[in-house]
Amino acid sequence: MRSSVSRLSLWLLLTPFLLWIVLLVLLPHLQMLRVSFQVRESWDTLTWGLQQYQNFFTESYYWRTFVRTGVMSLFTTFLTLIIAFPIAWYIARLARGRSKGILFMACLIPFWASELVRTYGWMILLRESGLFSSWLQALGWVDGPVEMLYNDVAVIIGLVYNGLLFMVVPLVTTLDGMDENLVEAGYDLGGGHGTVLREIVVPWAMPSIVSGCIVVFMLTLGSYLTPVLMGGKDSAWFTEQIFTQFITRFNWEQGAALGVLLLVLSSVIVWLGLKVSGQSLRKVMG
Amino acid sequence: MARSSRSTRKHAVLLSATLATGGFANATAAEELRLITWGGYAPDDVVAQFEEETGIDVQVTLSNNEDMISKLRATGGAGFDLAQPSQDRIVGVQRQFNIYKPIDFSRVDADQLQPAMVKATQDSTELDGKYYGVPSVWGTSGLIVHNSVADVVTDYTDLCDPAVAGEVSYRLKRPTLIGFAFAMGMDPFAAYDNREEYESILAKVEDKLIDCKSNVKTYWTGGDQLLALLRTGEVTAAMAWDAGGWKLNAENPEIRFVAPDSGALGWIDTFAIPRRSENEEAAYKWINFVMQPEIAAKITNESGNFTASKGADEYVKAELRDAYRASFDDSAINNIKWYPPVPPGLETMEGQVLDTVQAAN
Repeated sequence: MRSSVSRLSLWLLLTPFLLWIVLLVLLPHLQMLRVSFQVRESWDTLTWGLQQYQNFFTESYYWRTFVRTGVMSLFTTFLTLIIAFPIAWYIARLARGRSKGILFMACLIPFWASELVRTYGWMILLRESGLFSSWLQALGWVDGPVEMLYNDVAVIIGLVYNGLLFMVVPLVTTLDGMDENLVEAGYDLGGGHGTVLREIVVPWAMPSIVSGCIVVFMLTLGSYLTPVLMGGKDSAWFTEQIFTQFITRFNWEQGAALGVLLLVLSSVIVWLGLKVSGQSLRKVMG
Repeated sequence: MARSSRSTRKHAVLLSATLATGGFANATAAEELRLITWGGYAPDDVVAQFEEETGIDVQVTLSNNEDMISKLRATGGAGFDLAQPSQDRIVGVQRQFNIYKPIDFSRVDADQLQPAMVKATQDSTELDGKYYGVPSVWGTSGLIVHNSVADVVTDYTDLCDPAVAGEVSYRLKRPTLIGFAFAMGMDPFAAYDNREEYESILAKVEDKLIDCKSNVKTYWTGGDQLLALLRTGEVTAAMAWDAGGWKLNAENPEIRFVAPDSGALGWIDTFAIPRRSENEEAAYKWINFVMQPEIAAKITNESGNFTASKGADEYVKAELRDAYRASFDDSAINNIKWYPPVPPGLETMEGQVLDTVQAAN
């Protein structure tokens, strides 16, 4: 009697989650998988085939864009880690009392605005007639207006900024919980700053470093607005490709195949990252 | 959103039924018209006036050609009661996805429309002897230039002139391919039905656009982005829509829209009825309402583009009429290249060219 009641309540509690997973995640993905194997023979007949997947490998434009997106995302993730670690260290270990809360809020507040607003903010700063350009001119460091927008550096700046919070938060949580005595012991045993960082702090923070990296990498790989708005004429981002296929070319079949490939390839990269860093997904996410 | 408004409507019907039986004869059911259209084609005051006169509630969704087609395709032509795709994007899409129903011209007040434009739209939206579009708003794409470079840039290919290097912008979309082809002395429209010829035209345009890439500041993707680029002077010459040029001209007389030597590219946005429209009656009422000259002029004032309504020009703002006349003399008007319907499959070819240009260094 008792167990059947608890089983019922378990199912009731699980229902929203299951509905969400099945209806909004699983079914659309399966549908997309199905569409990706359909080949349009003429304007009203479809057959099954691997045409779209072949296109990805034979049409150099697609896989080059994918490699570019992957490499730039990895670089962005790395850069975000390098920038976020000192910030997190300061917030978690050095800041005290009120300033700790204020610093944490300072990281959080920009994310109350949408990605679009943040991207436009950067565009106002970086554009030829923008703030940075006019400051440089006012200081007399440059003669004419400087264009800082519409290149890969601008894209990476925007992406790092968007990913920062998702790296800082897990790092702060883990570093906060680290025992001060561990660091002290490291110095007592004759370790320098470098050794202590390498042997004690980084191993302690490793799970959160990896989980932060996974989140930032996935967000960057899947971001659309920042690369499109800040990227300029040579920038190509894989999500932009998928969008173009679905929306402007009406080629849902190709778009779906590219979407499936993005999912598979990014999962492989994350899996490789876990293998290389010697972490397991359960440890990282738990 | 859609679901909640549908249930409200049901309640409204119930409520009004109760009221009617209670003796309140003037209570009417709150009807709804779901319109998917372009920015500026359904100004607030026009919507308010229509709602007041007919009692029909208008839900406006702003969109563009590709988005409209994608949305209607996803639902098989449901979700909207009236759409406004361009005239060249109807037949191919209709044949492939079957998302529209034919127009019943007996329900359209054709007397208030310009006959030439009705004829042109009927011709280009005909499928199996039925017509799928009523003309509504028309316009062109051409060049927006600063006076400082107006002597250099008089045609699409002049955007590749070294004198304007780094100060140029255009879209990486099909109008650019078409415009460049015309400026290079070819006629892409005549080659629409000849795959091989069209392919060879595209190959030449592709080379030209790759050569020209170093001249381009950025490929613009949205109207506001382009206007900002031109307004700040970061871009001095661009391929763009006439309405954008006239809007900038009103702010800064140094910036003008010019019809290129090889001809501006003309489009007509239509009214088309989605196949599973739930309120066709209201759709026809809207068509006949907004094509009245005074109302059509309000749309012109808002969107910057002229309409197919007969005699609406009188009510249009004087600045806009002047800007229009400055851009188009009679020969420029006669030289407008109107988009014929796009045959299916063409866009895939164009897509590959655009991808190659985007990827080229």
